[in-house]
Amino acid sequence: MTATQSTAAAEFARRQQSPLQRIQHVLHGYPWLSPLFILVIAFIAFTTLNPRFASPSSMGLMLQQTAVVAALAIGQTLIILTAGIDLSVGAITVLSMMVMASLAQDGGMNGFLALLIGLLLAVAAGYLNGVLVTRLNLPPFIVTLGTLSIFTAIALLYSGGSSIQADHLPGLLNSLGEGFGPRGGFRLTWGVVAVGVMYLAVGFALSQTAWGRHVYAVGDDREAARLSGVATQRVLLTVYTVAGLIYGIAAWVLIGRSGAATPNAIVDANLNSITAVVIGGTSLFGGRGRLVGTLIGALIVQSLQFGLSLGGVDQQFRVLATGVLVIIAVSVDQWIRKVKA
Amino acid sequence: MSADSVSTTDSTTVSSTDSTTDETTPHHGGIFSTAQPSADKTHPVLSARGLVKTFGRVVGLDGVDLDLYPGEVLAVIGDNGAGKSTLIKCLTGALVPDSGEMRLDGEVVHFKRPQDSRDAGIETVYQQLAVIPALDIASNLYLAREERRPGPLGSVLRMLDKKGMKERAGKAVQDLGIQTIQNMGQAVETLSGGQRQAVAVSRAAAFGGKVVILDEPTAALGVKEGNQVLEMIRQLRDRGLGIILISHNMPHVWDVADRIHIQRLGGLAGVITPSSHSMTDGVAIMTGAMKLES
Repeated sequence: MTATQSTAAAEFARRQQSPLQRIQHVLHGYPWLSPLFILVIAFIAFTTLNPRFASPSSMGLMLQQTAVVAALAIGQTLIILTAGIDLSVGAITVLSMMVMASLAQDGGMNGFLALLIGLLLAVAAGYLNGVLVTRLNLPPFIVTLGTLSIFTAIALLYSGGSSIQADHLPGLLNSLGEGFGPRGGFRLTWGVVAVGVMYLAVGFALSQTAWGRHVYAVGDDREAARLSGVATQRVLLTVYTVAGLIYGIAAWVLIGRSGAATPNAIVDANLNSITAVVIGGTSLFGGRGRLVGTLIGALIVQSLQFGLSLGGVDQQFRVLATGVLVIIAVSVDQWIRKVKA
Repeated sequence: MSADSVSTTDSTTVSSTDSTTDETTPHHGGIFSTAQPSADKTHPVLSARGLVKTFGRVVGLDGVDLDLYPGEVLAVIGDNGAGKSTLIKCLTGALVPDSGEMRLDGEVVHFKRPQDSRDAGIETVYQQLAVIPALDIASNLYLAREERRPGPLGSVLRMLDKKGMKERAGKAVQDLGIQTIQNMGQAVETLSGGQRQAVAVSRAAAFGGKVVILDEPTAALGVKEGNQVLEMIRQLRDRGLGIILISHNMPHVWDVADRIHIQRLGGLAGVITPSSHSMTDGVAIMTGAMKLES
């Protein structure tokens, strides 16, 4: 009796997977597959509409345009993996950038020293977020909402609201904007390279080290992680601090990219970085997602902007398309999370 | 203090079967090689004398003694507020007793944090399934004790020895005789409640050198899964580990325990065995309706 029952049950288990469920299972294991699929579709669609989209020069340009948001999205991914969120991304970046630039303006300070101070300031800002989240036990949303205003205000007060052009800055600060590769061909900047290196380094740390595992564990179930012996407070503190460092490097990339340090340079950085993370398949509830997904997500957002503008579509429609994509991405995430064993 | 002999069955035969092949990798720090706890059954592996813990004017523990021998299951029962969890928290270092003495293998120990007791060889399985759903079984078993690759990959790049951990995790689970979990690469969220508890218990058993404390391990489980956990407890007991089981489930306690420590109003009401007293007697002692002459 029991034997027939168990084979019948095994039969049932084998039979029950519909194609849709199988897709759900695969996506559950590889959450970055669906954004990759969207990216490929977008690529093909835009190339058919306008062959110039796929030309080497526009590909290089697109990577350059993606670099800053893609960099910010690394820090955002780390924080969202711990079930947090960082609304102060843009503010920290701008603050760091304005301090670097102001210090080194017109030969005021050694470029290297100014860069170092700017980076340290970004690290300190991230650390402050981390301290507020861990020691005062405040929700990350509230903490970073507060520091968003604080850092933005400080950046504006410090810089007096005016921007500093590249020709007033030392070479080191502009260096990431310099490129290589043929003119009119596939051309990259050192900023793109720097962002690529950051993806490799953080991706390695997340997938290959104990720290990475702990980041996922803390985001998935903080109490269980604590009971298992994970130093949850320390993991959170390092995540916010490392995110700060990444924003600082992004500030350096941004100076090179925009050829100036402007206080209102990246107004939409907060939302764009969150969008890239979410479209990339990382769950806002924490503990689930891959950094490669974030890179794909950032590329999707940028190719949508770039492709639609090549097609002459109005800016507002591009924003609208991004919004629709975010909602679809989160719905897909919710669906994937309901996967059955 | 009766009947030590109730179930000190066949642990001598078990201890020699394994722990031979596993030691090839130089890198792992003695983890999962805990097959030979103290074989001496006449001395308690864990003992406490006169534990007192107060919270302001409230007395949580009023001079409690406890003895746990290797290869036995000691159940701790008591009504709510009897001091069960306070007792366990003192034993695991989650609370520091005001006075009293604890000995592990005869050595006096002072646990200040849960990590201290863990380092000394006492593992705890919590009621609320302390496993991470998104990580796979091997990662959960090794959580916060990850092993790195040998050479510069591990020491400089801090790279995890994923393959090695998976292999050793699989072997450990097999050695523990736990059949409900098989594939170490499977995510824990795809497991049933009983299988998740099996992961938590294997983790405790594999790392707990001497003592495993289980706090209501069957409370969240169905009948069948609860029985699987009881079976696991017996297997661990037979391997020579000392096991403390806190439970409200009297049938489970009478089913698996060798001795039963009854807490009442912060003090020790008595220690009985399933053969010396019925379940009704046990509940009567627990609630104060019956006194145990000692």
